[in-house]
This record gives sequence, structure tokens and C-alpha cells, in this order.
Amino acid sequence: MDFLLEIIMTPAILACLKIAVIILLFAMPLGTLLTLMERKWSAMIQDRVGPNRANIGKFTGNGLLHIAADGLKSIFKEDTIPKGANGFLYLIAPFFGLIAAVAIFAIIPIAGPIGNFTFQVTDVNPGLLFIFAITSLNVYGAVLAGTSSNSKFALLGGTRASAQMISYEVFMGLALMGIFMVYGTTRVSGIVNGQNEYWFGNLVPMWGIFTQPLGFILFFTALVAETKRAPFDAPEGESEIVAGYFLEYSGMRWSAFMLAEYVSLVGVAALMTTLFFGGYHVPWLHLWENAPQWIVTILQILKFTFFTVVFCWFQIQLRWTVPKFRFDQTMGLGWKKLLPLSLVNIIVTALVILTLA
Amino acid sequence: MTDMTTLQARTGTSSSSTDFSSSVMTIEIGPAHPAMHGIVRFTTKLDGELIVEMEPEIGYLHRGFEKESENSKWIQVIPYTDRLNYVSPLLCNIGYSMAVEKLYGIQAPRRAEFTRVIMGEISRITDHLTCVGAAAMEIGAFTFFLWFIKAREYLWELVEEMTGARLTTNWTRFGGNSMDLPDGFLSDLEDRLSKLESIMEECDKLLTRNKIFIDRVKDVGAISKEDALSYGFSGPMLRACGIPYDVRRADPYSVYDELDFEIPVGSTGDCFDRFLVRMEEIRQSTSIIKQAADKMPAGPFMTDERMLHYPDKKDVYGNIEGLIDHFKMVMEGHHPPEGEIYMPTEGGNGEIGFYLVSDGSGDPVRVRLRPPCFNFVQAMPLMTIGHYVADIVPIFGSINMIGGELDR
Amino acid sequence: MSGSISNSEIKATRDAGELTSLLKQKFPRAVLNFHAHRSDETVVIERDSLHSVCLFLHEDSRCAFEIMLDITAVDLLEMNMNHRFEMVYHFKSLTHASRIRIKVPLNEDDCRLASISDIWKSADWYERECFDMFGIVFEGHPNLKRILMYEEFEGHPLRKDYPIDKQQPLMELKEIEERHTYGREL
Repeated sequence: MDFLLEIIMTPAILACLKIAVIILLFAMPLGTLLTLMERKWSAMIQDRVGPNRANIGKFTGNGLLHIAADGLKSIFKEDTIPKGANGFLYLIAPFFGLIAAVAIFAIIPIAGPIGNFTFQVTDVNPGLLFIFAITSLNVYGAVLAGTSSNSKFALLGGTRASAQMISYEVFMGLALMGIFMVYGTTRVSGIVNGQNEYWFGNLVPMWGIFTQPLGFILFFTALVAETKRAPFDAPEGESEIVAGYFLEYSGMRWSAFMLAEYVSLVGVAALMTTLFFGGYHVPWLHLWENAPQWIVTILQILKFTFFTVVFCWFQIQLRWTVPKFRFDQTMGLGWKKLLPLSLVNIIVTALVILTLA
Repeated sequence: MTDMTTLQARTGTSSSSTDFSSSVMTIEIGPAHPAMHGIVRFTTKLDGELIVEMEPEIGYLHRGFEKESENSKWIQVIPYTDRLNYVSPLLCNIGYSMAVEKLYGIQAPRRAEFTRVIMGEISRITDHLTCVGAAAMEIGAFTFFLWFIKAREYLWELVEEMTGARLTTNWTRFGGNSMDLPDGFLSDLEDRLSKLESIMEECDKLLTRNKIFIDRVKDVGAISKEDALSYGFSGPMLRACGIPYDVRRADPYSVYDELDFEIPVGSTGDCFDRFLVRMEEIRQSTSIIKQAADKMPAGPFMTDERMLHYPDKKDVYGNIEGLIDHFKMVMEGHHPPEGEIYMPTEGGNGEIGFYLVSDGSGDPVRVRLRPPCFNFVQAMPLMTIGHYVADIVPIFGSINMIGGELDR
Repeated sequence: MSGSISNSEIKATRDAGELTSLLKQKFPRAVLNFHAHRSDETVVIERDSLHSVCLFLHEDSRCAFEIMLDITAVDLLEMNMNHRFEMVYHFKSLTHASRIRIKVPLNEDDCRLASISDIWKSADWYERECFDMFGIVFEGHPNLKRILMYEEFEGHPLRKDYPIDKQQPLMELKEIEERHTYGREL
């Protein structure tokens, strides 16, 4: 038994296990659940019933089985390759997005450490820079899919996606500079622990949203644009360029794009929770002095999950409330409004830190 | 000349200095495209995302309405008119029946006319609800669309109550209507209108001041007064340009001259003005319906002129004239007198004009529909060239092209 | 129909409206006939002066017909007339709140007349439709081709001698040449 534990506790294997657990038990299930949640929630907004017909016998699970039905359907669907497409690139393109979406979870801690054991795959030193690196990988999926499909609509979608993602990356980084300055680190664990301090005695936790309100809005906007969710879904542009870069895909590869979208939706929510809502730290929990460790950990996981779900909900609500931007308006918003604002944010933050120090 | 200069101003180029040789991409938008409603194709040339050339191609839904009509009896044309404008079928029903009545030189009884006004305005509302909702949906406001569809559903239930069908109404006859108001219709009407008003209020809050929505539709697809007139625009599209031309007011037919309503006009003729004009027209139509319901007179709903409708069964079985009339109606149908007329009525998206030629023989020589959206689709290149490809969607949504009436 | 209707018809037909008299005075030779059946003012003019009459209707302040509502044709094959087609134009003036109908008789062997698409842009598509449906040729039209039917369609469906149940073969799928090129060689 000890021998087994020893093998498990070797860093490499431990990391693999964590990856498996976080991805398979947190990101993917939440992502797939969101496909249903989105349909159900939008139905609720729009006075509809939503999907509720898939069943096994009498059991429908109020639409829960649609997840399985959709998955099965796309597995058994023909995987078409359009005439004149670049086969290899066409086939691998969907997985870039999926990999990038999943990789975000590598640095997100879902609960505080117990002794040596952390609830985080790896706490790399550059921390958030890793996120920027990974999310920029996302663009390859869209561009490769767009150019290799041999479809003009897909090509338009691919160019739109690349332009949008590259330009929003610029100020996504700038929007986070404030966070780096306030907490003095790029390490995720450092930022999360920095948010466990309090202002005015024990009154207000030093969460990112309170220290960096403008940065919060900017970063959230940038992330929504980066994941190409509405109202920034001009690359998909379902009404004018049909579905954009993944227009020609079918079956499981199409599902990979969809899954990537929903997993990155969870990723965005988790990232927002980590950076701006105190991560896994339950506020005012330190007042309960002799709290048992396991209760604390469970509370932390619950708090983290709760905020993640709230942010997922918020993105869904956003999508079904507002119309979408035109492509040039997305770019205009990014370069003309959000970029100057994020620069202002950096300067103001720097000045405040200097005066306080 | 006008359109060429505006185009150049919009694209910022002059035709001589523009070199499209390396950067133009031809893209076929439609007929199988989500924004094209399945029945029109735009061969578009794009310079990046800018539209530099566009040619509409129509005819995908051509069913030969006019040919079919010429080979039918007069009364048999009414069901075809349901299928012309499939979001406001009653307006085409009414337009055709009034045209034949003009050919006869008769008028339907007042009760029939008031009922027609009510049903026609309900149809106009459903038309506008569909148009505005679909246009909003295509630029991403899906919730708005479904709320409007919900409102439309309330009204279509009224139409069903009155005519027995939601879409294929086949309701009017020459000299009246096929049915009188059903019991309790007017109270249902009041109930549905109040529901419609509350939905309109909600939707107004959701969209009319939404910055993203305004950015998408403002200054998009604008057309000048002169161009709009030259292209033969009518209906909300023309009124959005600032010209208060409404057939209901300009050439009052039916009992519209007894009803009090405003004609909303826009100023710039862009998609936002069209949206606002349509939203206001829904409110005006609601008020027209209320007035007409208040003034609803008692009396017959069908003219008592002979040979326009089947005689009462009492007469058929009771006297020889009734029997002969019934026989001749069944065997020969209607015989409008010789002549030709043009009857304009205000449809959901413009002037629906029926041009009828009769030789008195009982078969139509010519049944011609002037389709309002024919002109709009023709002006699509003028409205879209120089805009982004994404602007095709709100522009095309705002012209409310109905395939059935465009291609006939 | 009752006798009263027919009598009023005959009376109305002989009354020349204001516009009719104006046109008669301006184009004494061109106006062949006129009537105002059901108070629709109608002027029949001869073919060659169509364009100048239309220009007059559009430009002159007494007419000011801003909107060209409709162009269509009527096939009179079964009506025992000495001409086969009648072109029918409907105009609307917003300034004077008036409408007028202009008709032009056409013979079968020479069914061509001047295009008015340079005066009203809406005439462009209506004339194409007339060409498509009746085979009437509009001289000076910038782009006279079929609009509702497909290009390979033979005959003109709204002519009375085109049988309603006639079937035409389906066309093969046309390959668009510049497919798969993204317009590179354009």
C-alpha cells in the first residue's frame, strides 16, 4: 500500500492524475453540462420549454439525456471532408481549440493545498503568461479550419477569427497588468493568496474585483472576445457567413469545436473566479479558528465551483440578451476603446501603488 | 447618377482609380443561406469584407400565380392569394376581393368592411412582428425574435378563430366575407391586444435603446428620398425615408377614412428608421383595430347583390330564381363586367396592387399583382454596396422580402 | 349584373380626366384612345411616343409622377383585337395625389418598344419581367434577361398560347468556374 502511494506521489504521475481528475471530473462534465444549460436557460429566457424529449423508457431527466444523445449522434455521423480541402490540416484543426481550452485548467487551483499536496496541476512561475501563451494557441484552430476547408465562408470566418483573437490578446495582457502590480506576482498561487487579505479590519476581502474593478471588466470582455462568444461571435457570424471557420465540419470534429467553446467558457469562468473573486479562498473563513482541514477544503471547492457556475451563467445570459457586434465594431471596440482604457488602468494603478507605498 | 456618387462616397473610391484585380472575392450568398430565407441569391463581390458588387437573382419561388389565376375562375384565385404573402395572407385576400369588387362596381356592406379592417390590421401587425423580429434575430437578438413570435401567436389564434386557418385563410369573398365575427371575438381581441402591448413594451426596453443594436442598424442601408421614389418604394420602406405615402391615407379604401391614425415617418431611411417605423405602425394598427371594434356596425356581412354569392338554401329550395342562381353560380361562377381596374391597397410592406382585366366571360384575362418587395430587392445593390458583408443581414431583414409575393 | 352598373360604366368611359386632356393637348398624335373605367384614368398611346410621354409625366410639374408603380402586359390573343399585346404602365403622383394608367398596343410580329428604365429605376426589373413572361423586347434596356425563369427556359409562360401544363426539362447543375479559387486569378 505504501509502495503504491509512493508511486502515486511521484510528481509526474501525480500531475497526470490531477490532469485527469480536473479535466475529466471538472472541466469536461461542466462543459458538456453547459451545452444543456445554455439551451435550457435560453429557453427559460424566451418562454420556451427547451429540449426534453430524449428518453430511456420514461426517464428523460428533464433534457439531461440530450447530452448523451447529441454525443452519440455526432460520433456516428459521417466525418466529411470537402472536395479540395487540405486533408491533414482540416483533420487536426478542431483539436487545437480543444487543447487550448483544456490547458487553461493546468494552472487553476480549485482548493487550497493540504500539506504538500496542491489542488493544482502545476504552479508554474510565469503563471498567467502561460495562459496568454495557451489562449493564443487557440487561434490556430480557427485559422487552420478556415483556410483548409476550401470554403469562402470558412475563409472569411478564419480571417475574422485570427484578426479578432490576435488584437484582443494585446489588451488582454494589458488588462491583467494591474493584477500583477497589485499582488506583485504572476504566479497564480501568489495572486490567489494575495486575495485572502482584508481591508478595513476584516470587512472587505482584497479580491481582484475590488482592487481592479476596471481591470475586471476589461479582462472579462477580452476573454469573452477571445473565446468568440456572443456578442463577439462575428467569426462564427451565423447569419452572414453561416458558421464561419467550422462551416464545413460535421460529426465529432464539429463537436470538438462546440466542446472547445463550452470548455473554454468554463475556463473563462474559472479564470475570472481565480483572478478576481479570491480563487478558492472562502472569505472570512479565517474567523473560524479551529476549522477541520477537510471541511475547509470542501468549502473551498464548493465556493470555487459556485463562482465558476455563476460566471458560466453570466456568459450565457449575456449571449441571449444582447445582439452581436459587427466585425469592424468588434475591432473598433478593442483598439479604440478597450486598449486606451487598459493603459489608463495601468497608469492609475501604478500611481495609486506609488502613493500608498 | 445619384447612386453612383453615393456609392463612391461610401467606398471612398472613384470607379476609375479602383483596382480590384487582386483582391476581389466572389461569394454566392444564397439561395441556401440562413439570412436569405431560402429563396434569393446574391452574387456578391467582396473586397476584404466590403461589398463592391452585388447582383440579386430571384425566381426561386416562382409558382406561376398569374398563369394559374388566368386559368381559374375568379373565385378560385382567392386561395392563391393566401400564398402570396405568407406572413400577412389576409391583406392579399382583402386586396384581391376589393379589386374584384371594384371591377363589379360594388361595395361590401359596412360590417364586412369593418371586419376586414380589423383582420387586415391584425395581419399587418403579424407582418411587422415577423419582419422586425426576424431582422433582429439575424443580428443576434434571438430572444427578441421569440418574444415577438409569441405575440404573433396570440394574433394568429385570432385569425384562426375568425377564418378557421392560421395561414391559408381563404376568407374574403366578392362583396363581403365568408364568415361573420364569431361569438366573443371582440372580447378575445381586446385581451390579445393588451397582451401584445405588454410584449411590445418589454421588447422596446430590450432593444430600442440597446447600443449594440443601434450600432448595427443606424446608418446602415440608408437610401435617399429620390432613389426610393425612383425605385418605386412604398410602405414602411418609403415612409422610413420621410415620405408619408400610405395608401390607406392617400387613396382611402374600405372605411379607413373614418378611422383616426397617424402615419409614422422616418428621416434618413436607414435600417433603424425602418425598425422604428414598423414598431410605431404596430401601435397605430392596434389603435385602428380598437376604433374599428368600437364602431363595428350591425348588419349583414355579405352583399345581397345577386350572382355574387350562393343564394340562401331557403331560396334554392323555395323558388325558381334561387334555384337558377344557385345552378349558375355552381356551373359558371362569377361574371365581372368587361373592363380593367387597378386596385391599390396597403399591404404589410407596401402597396399591393391588383390589376385585373375581365372580358366578361367569367374567366380572368389577366390577374396581375404588383409585388411591393420586388422593388426593394431590386434596390439591394444600391443599399448594400460599400457596406460590410455583415450589413447584408440587417438590410435584407429590414426590407422584409416575402418570397411568395416577390416571385409569385 | 344589374342595369344601373352598366350605364354608369359607359358614362364614365367617355369622360376625359384632367391628365388625359393634358396629354391630348401635349401629344395630339400619340393619344389613340382613353377611358376612365371605375375612375381609373387610362390613356392609350402609340408605341413610338412612349418614352417622350413618360418623360413628360415624370418631369412636368402638372403631372409629377414620381413613382412608376407597375409595368405589365396583357395578352389579347383570345379577345379578337387587331393587336396581340397591350403594355400597361401604372404611375402614381404624390404631389397631386393622382394615378394614371398608360397603355401601349403592340403587334405580335414586332413586339418591341422603348425602355423607360432611364426615367424610373424601378422600370428595370419590371421590364425584365415582361420580357421574361411575354417576350416583349425593351430597346435601350441595360440588362434585358430573364428574371423569374431560368435562362435555359424556352418560351414565355404568360402568353396565352403557352400551355399551362407544359413541362420543360430540368437543367443540369451548372458548374461555377471560379469555384475553389477564392478569386485568386481574377
